[in-house]
Amino acid sequence: MNRKPDYLTHAVLALGVVLFALPVWLVLAGSTQESEAITRGDLSLIPHLSGLPRYWQVLTEGTRGAEPVWHMLAISSAMALCIALGKITISILSAYAVVFFRFPLRKLAFWSIFVTLMLPVEVRIIPTYSVMAQFGLINTFTGLWVPLIASATATLLFRQVFVAIPDELVEAARMDGAGPLRFLRDIVIPVSGANIAALFVILFVYGWNQYLWPLLVATDPSLDTIVIGLVKMIGIDSDTDWAAVMATAVMALLPPVAVVVLMQRWFVAGLTEGEK
Amino acid sequence: MDRRTVFGGWLLPVLLVLPQLLLTGFFFYWPAGEAVWSSMTSQDAFGEGVRFVGWDNFAELLADPLYLESAVRTVVFCGAVSILAMGLALALAVFADREVRGRHAYRTLLIWPYAVAPAMSAVLLLFVLDPRVGLLGRWLNRMGLDWDYHLNGNQALLMVVMASAWKQVSYNFIFFLAGLQSIPRAVTEAARMDGAKGWHRFRTITVPLLAPTTFFLLVVNLVYAAFDTFGTINALTHGGPGKDTETLVLKVFRDGVVNQDIGSSSAQSVILMLGVIALTAVQFRFLGRRTET
Repeated sequence: MNRKPDYLTHAVLALGVVLFALPVWLVLAGSTQESEAITRGDLSLIPHLSGLPRYWQVLTEGTRGAEPVWHMLAISSAMALCIALGKITISILSAYAVVFFRFPLRKLAFWSIFVTLMLPVEVRIIPTYSVMAQFGLINTFTGLWVPLIASATATLLFRQVFVAIPDELVEAARMDGAGPLRFLRDIVIPVSGANIAALFVILFVYGWNQYLWPLLVATDPSLDTIVIGLVKMIGIDSDTDWAAVMATAVMALLPPVAVVVLMQRWFVAGLTEGEK
Repeated sequence: MDRRTVFGGWLLPVLLVLPQLLLTGFFFYWPAGEAVWSSMTSQDAFGEGVRFVGWDNFAELLADPLYLESAVRTVVFCGAVSILAMGLALALAVFADREVRGRHAYRTLLIWPYAVAPAMSAVLLLFVLDPRVGLLGRWLNRMGLDWDYHLNGNQALLMVVMASAWKQVSYNFIFFLAGLQSIPRAVTEAARMDGAKGWHRFRTITVPLLAPTTFFLLVVNLVYAAFDTFGTINALTHGGPGKDTETLVLKVFRDGVVNQDIGSSSAQSVILMLGVIALTAVQFRFLGRRTET
């Protein structure tokens, strides 16, 4: 093996790292500077520590025409958590039913869930809106997350995991007199821990990053997620408070990036095993 | 594949599967059915009246040059985003697969953008490439290049392609790297001993073994570019200037939500649904063994 450092590899990888990090660094540095300077194009690449109080101000008061950032962060967090936990819960339950029981129309139930794998939200925007209106879910927090938790992908994933649980384990549990719900709680959920963790990361990010859906069903500014709020802020034509926009962007990025980085090991394994 | 051992009873499993079925019914099948129905109706200009018009909405769309333009634009856009995002990711994955110092740090630093929302990637790239506040954007203009994606349609298209691809590289990187790591060392070592040089080895060993991953990613990237980029494009250009960056999803949104033309918008939704179903079917046809257990 050669001992010489592989300069080409380092160069290519470092270039990739910079490609991703540069915009974030710009935003981070800009968030601590004066908006007038940014508008003039005098953005310095070195953050000014004196600008840090802006974060507190944006967090508690927000900027012109927008909700305070803490409120938008709260909506986004609640929405992402409800979507992730909701999807995981109902997918575990339905996959458990399909794998561990024989009931009438089992195959039909499975297939009717499976087929929806092919229908992203974006292709059924308008009709879903009219269904939502009939349920009175427009401009409600429930409307933000409940319709998004049906999941063919998660059901399929858990089905794969459950099918692989050895028959001996089920027989042993039945011999011990454990009912199906105890078996689910004491055996099935613990052995699926790694898959649940991986799926949680994927779904939390999915929930946090929703844009079209909240744009459609929640026009009330008090339900603005951080992503919606941020896009609204850059949409103002003149006099944009760029430093505030940048501080908001940093705070919008932090939670999902933290979840991905901290749970990277489970997340990467789960993503590539389950395929999507 | 089915289990041998199962629990008895039918009431409990039905209750367990019910929440998923109800949600699927209310928020997938009902809207999908309504889309198909609305696509064959037309609303009178002022009244409540809804007429059944059969295939008229579809015929109108397929004869509408604006719709066809948007369709062609979407195909070009999706192709460009997929090629750019997959090419960059493959290059990075090949190097990240090598034994270098700090490779775990490199991986983390290349994976984190997975967490960035499509709409957020628009905001981030704006600060790099906006002609007035962006670092590179201003520099390009100082260098005498007339760069303003708010006014120039081609530049706008380039801008939304870059912003959309930027965000997707990480996802592809994760899959390419996993694919590369699953190639047995023995295979590459054998090729090395046979004297196959770097590029030749890559072309004859790595590329064929990565083919299933590549195909899977191609479908995922096309679907991503067609649908998930709504946020990116809407935040950057709103489909403009003019309609130069208006993809099919933006058009559905504009016609349905903004202009309230329910019939035409539903017909467009139905066409998009057929497109997704076709793509998914192709994927299952060729990758069936990998995705189905």
